[in-house]
Amino acid sequence: MTRSMKNNKGPGRRVIPGFGVSLGVTLTMVSLVVLIPLAALAINALQLSPGEFWAAVTRGRVLSSFAVSFFSAILAALINLAMGVLLAWVLVRCDFPGKRMLDGLIELPFALPTAIAGITLTSLTVPGGWIGRVFAPLGLKIAYTKVGIVVALVFVGIPFVVRSVQPVLEKLDGSFEESAFLMGADNWHTFRRVIWPEIRPAALTGFGMALARGLGEYGSVVFIAGNKPYATEIAPLMIMGQLQSYDYGGATAIALVMLAASFLILLLMNIVQARAARRTSG
Amino acid sequence: MKKNRVVLLEALLLVLALCLGGCGGKEEGKTLSLTNVSYDPTRELYTEYNALFTAGWEKTGGKPLTITQSHGGSGSQAISVSQGLEADVVTLALEADIRAIEKAGLIREGWRGELPKDSAPYTSTIVFLVRRGNPKGILDWPDLAREGVGVITPNPKTSGGARWNFLAAWAYAQETLGGGEEACRDFVGAIFRNVLVLDSGARGSTTSFVENGQGDVLIAWENEAMLTLQQHPGEYEMVAPSISILCQPSVAVVDEVVDKRGTREMATAYLEGLYAPETQRLVARYFYRPSDPDILQEFADSFDLSIRMTNIDHFGGWGQAQQRFFADGGVFDQIYEK
Repeated sequence: MTRSMKNNKGPGRRVIPGFGVSLGVTLTMVSLVVLIPLAALAINALQLSPGEFWAAVTRGRVLSSFAVSFFSAILAALINLAMGVLLAWVLVRCDFPGKRMLDGLIELPFALPTAIAGITLTSLTVPGGWIGRVFAPLGLKIAYTKVGIVVALVFVGIPFVVRSVQPVLEKLDGSFEESAFLMGADNWHTFRRVIWPEIRPAALTGFGMALARGLGEYGSVVFIAGNKPYATEIAPLMIMGQLQSYDYGGATAIALVMLAASFLILLLMNIVQARAARRTSG
Repeated sequence: MKKNRVVLLEALLLVLALCLGGCGGKEEGKTLSLTNVSYDPTRELYTEYNALFTAGWEKTGGKPLTITQSHGGSGSQAISVSQGLEADVVTLALEADIRAIEKAGLIREGWRGELPKDSAPYTSTIVFLVRRGNPKGILDWPDLAREGVGVITPNPKTSGGARWNFLAAWAYAQETLGGGEEACRDFVGAIFRNVLVLDSGARGSTTSFVENGQGDVLIAWENEAMLTLQQHPGEYEMVAPSISILCQPSVAVVDEVVDKRGTREMATAYLEGLYAPETQRLVARYFYRPSDPDILQEFADSFDLSIRMTNIDHFGGWGQAQQRFFADGGVFDQIYEK
């Protein structure tokens, strides 16, 4: 066995040693940490009859919380996409004092307990806070509105895009841009035609992760949202509410809908990305 | 050869990883241990009581004892215990949370009668906290329903403690408006439409009111309000409504766990100790009302004893109250769905 594999130097050669065991470990891990919990969730929700399930996820407050969650997570992920690419660009291509510091700060939103992030952002963005004070005269309220939710989600999601795009930009050969420039392309064209196609897969991956994180985020949002029914209640809060009433079925029903919707969005993005990749390469 | 070794190593790692999951957590020793699963605002109180109880236990010839305390949202704690967090005793914010553990089969029916005073060794009530000088002139519940008053209270759906806030307002409405369901719902609805921030928990509401300067009045448990007054002297005032509710945080021995671990005697002694005069004075220092009426009188200066208080039995007990007010489509939902 070993000998025959060693002799096999064609494209089928296995790079990872001990392929069988690796696959076993992978499957075990994926089952333990992903598949089994997800199956348990589905089984829990299936304890409800279809009618009960439908009623649990179509109550007015739950529907409005889905809308708030998806709207703010998508908006925040879009902002993160734009800001993240920009930040990554600055970190890779520009030199300025304190660059290493800034680079190190990017991950901080991951390290910070989300409740701390939520409480801090709230105290900054209430009308009397450092940031809220600037916007209050313009009539823009941040804390306890949907804007606040988006702010919190941008905060917790920004590292995803930056860290996905950064390594790709680092490897991107500067001569591409030079040639584009020499051939008469302006800055916008260079970005759109030369740089964006290179970083797009990475940027979209970052976008997808930021979006998924935003949909599930609870800790930071509950502090800044105000949690007003029909206005700023997010779906994870509704799940917590059901749990506090010991309505496990209702809680898992909402969770399952969230999960299915997130999965669809991510799947859709993957398909779009794969299509786009085929188009550019073919 | 080399490859085989790598495979072997990986297999070993896998076995090791599986072992870590299976073989951990065995605990044996000469010292005794007791776990008290409680809710957030009792942390300091129980730290002090545990020291008191441990000292007394060891003095009367008991083996060395370590008490572990766990704190969190009352509802989440009840869920953890129901799902297997090993607690010898639970000391939670409301009876409904302990009933959930009872429903999971871990606590026997009738626990509420096993200890004095409905198994509530200390109580509290619902009061208002207003800013210095009470600029909006808030004196009683109707002032909270007035236009232009900003109210801060946690969400009764996510915070067990906040259900008392809601019921206190309801009790007032019932008493003064003649008890019609419609009228009560309108009154309490008007208060909740004035709510600026509906935090997920009581401490979150205190943060919104105190640190973030939101709202004119915070509906709070008396012990939380008094703690805020102590931490920010001169900045806030406490206002007692004419009608409030007797909040009874319940305690119980977790039968399944103590029988398995053989700690029933100790766990019972631990909870009974909460009723001892010394502990009753201790709870008063942490702003809870002692359930012993004589000791409560000793603290007549600290607590407003003139508040008229209804209690949960007025609403037919927690089972009924939960169903009627806080279940899906219940009164609380109706207030917002109108």
